[in-house]
Amino acid sequence: MPQQKTKRIKTTITVNGETREVEIEVPDIEAAWGDPRNMRWLGKRIPRVEGADKVTGRAKYTYDIQLPGMLYGKILRSPYPHARIRSIDASRAQRLPGVKAVITDLTREVKYVGEEVAAVAAVSEQVARDALKLIRVEYEPLPFVVTPETAREPSAPRVHGGQNVSGGNPRERGDVDSAFRRSDVVVHEATYSVPARSHCCLEPHGLVCQWQGDKLVAWASTQGIFSVRDELAGALGIPASNVRVICEHMGGGFGSKFGARSEGVICARLAKHAGAPVKLMLEREEEQLATGYGPGVTAKVKIAATRDGQLIAWESESYGSGGVGGGSGIPLPYIYPVPNVRTRHYDIATNTGASAALRAPGHPQASFIMESAMDDLAHKLGMDPLEFRLKNDPNPVRQAEYRLGAERIGWHRRNRVAGQAPGVVKRGLGVASAIWGGGGGAGSRPTVRIDPDGSVEVRLGTQDLGTGTRTYVAAIVAEELGLDIRQVKALIGDTDYGYSGASGGSTTTASVAPAVKMAAMAAKERLVAVVSQHLQANPADIVLADGKLTARGGSEKSLTWQQACALLGKEGIEVQGEWNANLQGSGVAGCQFAEVEVDTETGKVRVVKIVAIQDCGLVLNRLAVESQIYGGVTQGLAMALYEQRLFDEQTGRMLNANLEEYKLPGSLDMPDVEAIVYDNPTGKVSGMGEPPVIPTAAAIGNAVFNAIGKRIHSLPITPAKVLQALGKV
Amino acid sequence: MDEEREKLPQHTPEEVDASRRQFLRNLGVTAAMASLLSSGAILEERRAKRAQAETLQTPPSGATELRGTVAVTLQVNGREHTLQLEPRVTLLDALRDHLGLTGTKRVCDRGSCGACTVLLDGKPVYSCSVLAVDAQGKKIETVESLAQGEQLHPVQQAFVEHDALMCGFCTPGFIMSLKALLDKTPQPTAQQVKEACAGNICRCGTYNRIFEAALAAVQSMSRGG
Ligand code: FES
Ligand code: FES
Repeated sequence: MPQQKTKRIKTTITVNGETREVEIEVPDIEAAWGDPRNMRWLGKRIPRVEGADKVTGRAKYTYDIQLPGMLYGKILRSPYPHARIRSIDASRAQRLPGVKAVITDLTREVKYVGEEVAAVAAVSEQVARDALKLIRVEYEPLPFVVTPETAREPSAPRVHGGQNVSGGNPRERGDVDSAFRRSDVVVHEATYSVPARSHCCLEPHGLVCQWQGDKLVAWASTQGIFSVRDELAGALGIPASNVRVICEHMGGGFGSKFGARSEGVICARLAKHAGAPVKLMLEREEEQLATGYGPGVTAKVKIAATRDGQLIAWESESYGSGGVGGGSGIPLPYIYPVPNVRTRHYDIATNTGASAALRAPGHPQASFIMESAMDDLAHKLGMDPLEFRLKNDPNPVRQAEYRLGAERIGWHRRNRVAGQAPGVVKRGLGVASAIWGGGGGAGSRPTVRIDPDGSVEVRLGTQDLGTGTRTYVAAIVAEELGLDIRQVKALIGDTDYGYSGASGGSTTTASVAPAVKMAAMAAKERLVAVVSQHLQANPADIVLADGKLTARGGSEKSLTWQQACALLGKEGIEVQGEWNANLQGSGVAGCQFAEVEVDTETGKVRVVKIVAIQDCGLVLNRLAVESQIYGGVTQGLAMALYEQRLFDEQTGRMLNANLEEYKLPGSLDMPDVEAIVYDNPTGKVSGMGEPPVIPTAAAIGNAVFNAIGKRIHSLPITPAKVLQALGKV
Repeated sequence: MDEEREKLPQHTPEEVDASRRQFLRNLGVTAAMASLLSSGAILEERRAKRAQAETLQTPPSGATELRGTVAVTLQVNGREHTLQLEPRVTLLDALRDHLGLTGTKRVCDRGSCGACTVLLDGKPVYSCSVLAVDAQGKKIETVESLAQGEQLHPVQQAFVEHDALMCGFCTPGFIMSLKALLDKTPQPTAQQVKEACAGNICRCGTYNRIFEAALAAVQSMSRGG
């Protein structure tokens, strides 16, 4: 066998939402997307292929699945932040007419309000709720702690038995202490913090489970149908091949929907006990309490630059809480290279639910901390914040994006000196930037099938989170075969369709698109072989475009798509594709500019405009990329002004586990947003779903500073904090 | 049983439930007190009644108490359906679980997100906050009624063309809010569009595109589309 050529590449991998940069060895097989100018679909504005299903209500989400004889599952959750369970008596629930299954063996100790204690399945949701109220649980309440500030005290109750505080190992490079002592530097010190934020997926977590003998079919609202399959199989002790997971449409995940999770295993067990299919969708309160959140982080930072504005030193001590989980670490210093660095991060356990990856995990927090410190230092240096970034950011793509963004927002209108805007309502401008990997990985096995009647199908067990996966899967095949996108049926969201990884870390596009392209190329090659023989032409001369196959050069003979496919045997063409590293790349760049209006009498901040620029290498669907930018900006604005999980230290309960007191922006809060896709001619596909959420909050915070000359050190920027900063309360 | 409850911390799920029902009752001023299949529900009922006694001096006049299941006739998308429902069933659940009209979404189930928006006699309402029994005799329109076969309503068409949806879970709610606006105000301003969907939440962040789509739909409708 000939030795296959290989090469080493850097890429991002994501396991359960945790993203890491790795270097891997990959086969080096020549392949290219070609010139985007010659493309009919790719890079254009392609309305999503399932759009009509979603706007008519035809699209079936997990929540919408109804099966004959289906029961409704409900989970009884702990009202205590920490307790031992002495006993559970579910006999009265069991006897309630309509109750078909009860589970009480979930745990003996609960560590947060909302942790699973017991579960039932019944003929209706109402009866299931009634049944939960009949379950008698004897709890022995234990000491608890819900805020990291209290949890880090030596006398604080222990969450897991051991120390609440972990981590804290210094990470160091260069000579930090002497850099700070240099006589030609300006030093700034401050503390910045970002609170914990909930995902608030509109479709809650949940599943419908149906057993067929020893085989399980599960509809799941998930970012990873195969990870749900594997977790269910493992927890239930059955082979993975006995589990089929389906997710045709899902109503938002943002990092919180990997794996089957406890509600998945409970749902499957209830269905097994009851001998009937069970639907278990979490209610809103459960969703807010028990399905994860992005950790809050507080950082005390010290930053220095030389008088002419070159960053020279960074030191930070930060802490955060992932509740009963961990993972509050953040990348500091962020984006701008600093030669002398010392950082320490402490992870603090608390009796709140476990955190989960939340769109660009750790990055928006790091961005707010770093970019606030950057502007505060620029202010001390008497330097324009944009100039300070241009000087310290070596990335050529962002350099170009900064200039474009400055022009679009009208950067010249900024207050030269922060706070010097006239009037009661003050305007200000701010900037911040984004970085992400966006590379993909091997594993996806799509199948492209062409039937003799001309129908084309592409199948892959990936999922569409609303990001547009299904649409570019269809578009890639249509592009390759010279067809209209409506002629290609893209089947995704089913583990029967062939493996693909979970959707996280913005790795989906760079993982899926190359594999689909390779499958489509292979299908085309097979079809062209048949057609070239028929036309007596050289295969290299056959061109597929506009639903025709034409032999170029000599005779210009052509066949319609239907005629060409009719030449195929009954078996048609069915080929698989594998990921090809040469079709994807890693390392995307973005930046955002914000314009705000601050009412110095009410303290209210109104965001007037956001200019958001993002690159993702070769663009597959411009419309969908823009939508991701709008989405990131909207969530970033929510983080800047509204979002915050609040806990009561006395009871350990979350105070805003709903959608009215957990504040999200609505239509009247939205600024004008200019979403700009920066065309970076890498010729390679990269993911970009996450980076547009990173810089928004920081850019808004910096714009507020520019408007009023006062820094709001903690998010969200509420009227009360603004008035306090202005010395008005 | 009362001692049992004393052991629970404040704001138990029962209380939340009871206050929500109290809220529903105050809204609809129906006495459709839930029907009560079980002792657990009776317990809840007693709690709710106590809360009612505390907050309402005089019960609404003409109140009737409904028990078990009752026949409920709903006029949905131009067709009449008679269902046997517990009186505590919301219009949202009746549509989704009893009529299979799952285009209307359940997100918060307590009047704070708009995903469940339907039109009642042309007015947008949160169907999670209306009892099915109270929707009788009214014209109910859901998102399923807008398209004529494959022909989308201009608002739907514009949503697709302008990508005013991502995950799509909030989408039917927004579309119904906008349909209600355009039925009454065929030439709305951008501000009226924003106000019309101020009661709808989109977590994916499609607002700007929704405004764009709504205004495009206005254009296409005024061209006689
Ligand atoms: S589900 Fe009715 S308003 Fe949220
Ligand atoms: S499109 Fe996902 S919530 Fe609006």
